[in-house]
Amino acid sequence: MSTRSKVWWWIGGVLIVIYCLFPIAWIVSLSLKAPADVSNSSFLPTSATWSNYEEIFTGTASDLFLPALRNSFGICLIATFISCLLSMFAAYAIARLDFPGKRLILSTALAVAIFPVISIVTPLFNVWRQIGLYDTWLGLIIPYLSLTLPISIWTMSAFFREIPWEMEQAAQVDGATTWQAFRKVIVPLAAPGVFTTAIIAFFIAWNDFAYGISLTSTDASRPVPAALGLFSGASQFEDPTTVIAAAAVIVTIPVVVLVLLFQRRIVAGLTNGAVKG
Amino acid sequence: MASIEMKNIVKKYGDGFPAVNDVSLDIADGEFMILVGPSGCGKSTLLRMIVGLEDITNGDMVIGGTRVNEKAPRDRNLSMVFQNYALYPHMTVFENIAFPLRLSKTPDDEVRRRVTEAADVLELREHLERKPANLSGGQRQRVAMGRAIVRQAEAFLFDEPLSNLDAKLRGQMRTEISRLQRRLGITTVYVTHDQTEAMTLGDRVCVLRKGVIQQVASPRELYEQPVNLFVAGFIGSPPMNFLPATLEGDALSTPFGSIRLDEARAAKVRGRDLLLVGIRPEYFEDASLVDEAKRHVGSTFRARVDVTEWLGDSQYAYIPYEAPEAIREKLRELSRELDSEELRTQAVVSIDSTSRIREGQEAEIWLDARKIHVFDPQTGENLTRDADAGAELTRLATQDREAAQEAARGATAVGAA
Repeated sequence: MSTRSKVWWWIGGVLIVIYCLFPIAWIVSLSLKAPADVSNSSFLPTSATWSNYEEIFTGTASDLFLPALRNSFGICLIATFISCLLSMFAAYAIARLDFPGKRLILSTALAVAIFPVISIVTPLFNVWRQIGLYDTWLGLIIPYLSLTLPISIWTMSAFFREIPWEMEQAAQVDGATTWQAFRKVIVPLAAPGVFTTAIIAFFIAWNDFAYGISLTSTDASRPVPAALGLFSGASQFEDPTTVIAAAAVIVTIPVVVLVLLFQRRIVAGLTNGAVKG
Repeated sequence: MASIEMKNIVKKYGDGFPAVNDVSLDIADGEFMILVGPSGCGKSTLLRMIVGLEDITNGDMVIGGTRVNEKAPRDRNLSMVFQNYALYPHMTVFENIAFPLRLSKTPDDEVRRRVTEAADVLELREHLERKPANLSGGQRQRVAMGRAIVRQAEAFLFDEPLSNLDAKLRGQMRTEISRLQRRLGITTVYVTHDQTEAMTLGDRVCVLRKGVIQQVASPRELYEQPVNLFVAGFIGSPPMNFLPATLEGDALSTPFGSIRLDEARAAKVRGRDLLLVGIRPEYFEDASLVDEAKRHVGSTFRARVDVTEWLGDSQYAYIPYEAPEAIREKLRELSRELDSEELRTQAVVSIDSTSRIREGQEAEIWLDARKIHVFDPQTGENLTRDADAGAELTRLATQDREAAQEAARGATAVGAA
């Protein structure tokens, strides 16, 4: 590449990064402004303050925020775990076995993923109230599974298809049962796929607002996105914008940490050297 | 160690097509059996039925005296080397080789001892802690073999293990496999489409065509007494030449002149109007270089040489000839079946590398009539096959194998003492 085109690549890259990161920078800047400072007509706060963070962790908003954070973590991790486990088995079957209705399962999974959440929320609200799932962890885990399973099954079966059949056959000839071959050979090889799927599933559950706001009413199970909507200002004339911004920054952190932790593992190519090449 | 017996094995796929049809084959304990044939002949399917990765539609598979049709692969105690090696990429070489032992819950120090032993045999000692991804093709191949030899399996199964290696390495690994098998004396079934491997490795070779066994014999018998046109065309490189011929008296009239047959062979051939004569390239020679003493056992003819190939140690000349349409059609069909594409009817003739025969010249060629075979073009049957001579060749090969095994056992006994 000539220096000239290199320069252009750099300029293009920087522009895209700015475009992507600008909203985040804005939220960070907002979270550092005092409530009265929001309309200071400048990007940066007049004087940076940690008061918003204090507010959500120790102040009045903490009653709302901290339980919500606990709920969000608990519900999303459980939903992700179950979703990964189920989709691993489902995807393995789809990739490896020939059974009637295989295509039906895949297309149904896709259809479920396309179905708008908002149209299910109201009936679900009524059903959950009747059977006592309203405002419980389980009451959110179940709908989150319906959100995450389709995409998990699709990504995971793509990963399983990449693993050569011979791996498993070799294991069986070496004396492994089907289950041992799956656990000792297929699962480790599919690990990058499992991590990718887990992260995607976690994001989807973590970011959900519609179910979170409709199927909960108290600290018992309200997740963070719903809690953010319920923040209030110091007086009714004051917008809680800055506090929400601070909370938004906090809830973004786990997601960023997750990606940074697992991005190495996500990088495919673990099967290199399994077969000829 | 065990013998493998197949009785009327049939494999039909969902569409009813028989990939393997009524195969009966006995593989003796300690024998090296090759399954060979062009692609799609069912050789791999047969191997996978032995190991249990493929269901058997009909017939009995008996390993070491027990019927194993319904047994899962893990209960058959066979070890297999796959074409693409199928190493476990997330494990080190050590763990790859140890995998079968780990599954059978072998104690740790025993695992360590046996893996190191296998690694020593295959010269993998310094690679034990590496991952398969960092190994070369030949090393990966050896790891796959290590995984096979590390436990006391009843038999080794190889599915085209050398086809992914380059030519030089293939030659080295071929001798390595042969040495290993002799040393361990374990029953081995080896699938290949490469006839060099088939000829050099096997005690006996089983030639398959469209799921049906054509001939099971020692490499020498296959070469010298092929049972039909297919086997004759498949074994040998460059392949056997097939010339159209008619019988006139005791002599065959061919595009390369008249070839005299002895009385016994002429009698076997008589009564058919069109015949195919099979002559191997090395039965020809530049007439000017043939000993006077030998000259009378063959005949000479003059022909125009189209192309010559000089290879240093040998030289090939290509001589085109005319053939009737029926024969041309038959030969085209045969070459299609053998995965090659013969465009013209021409004979490949092996001449001495010092021969002065050059392209485009008319040359005098001598051919040895003693070992030629005559085939029926319709059925492909070899009319002049001497079954007794063939059986004798295979008997000798069996004797050689037993002697070699005895010697190998003696050597290990001495080594142990």
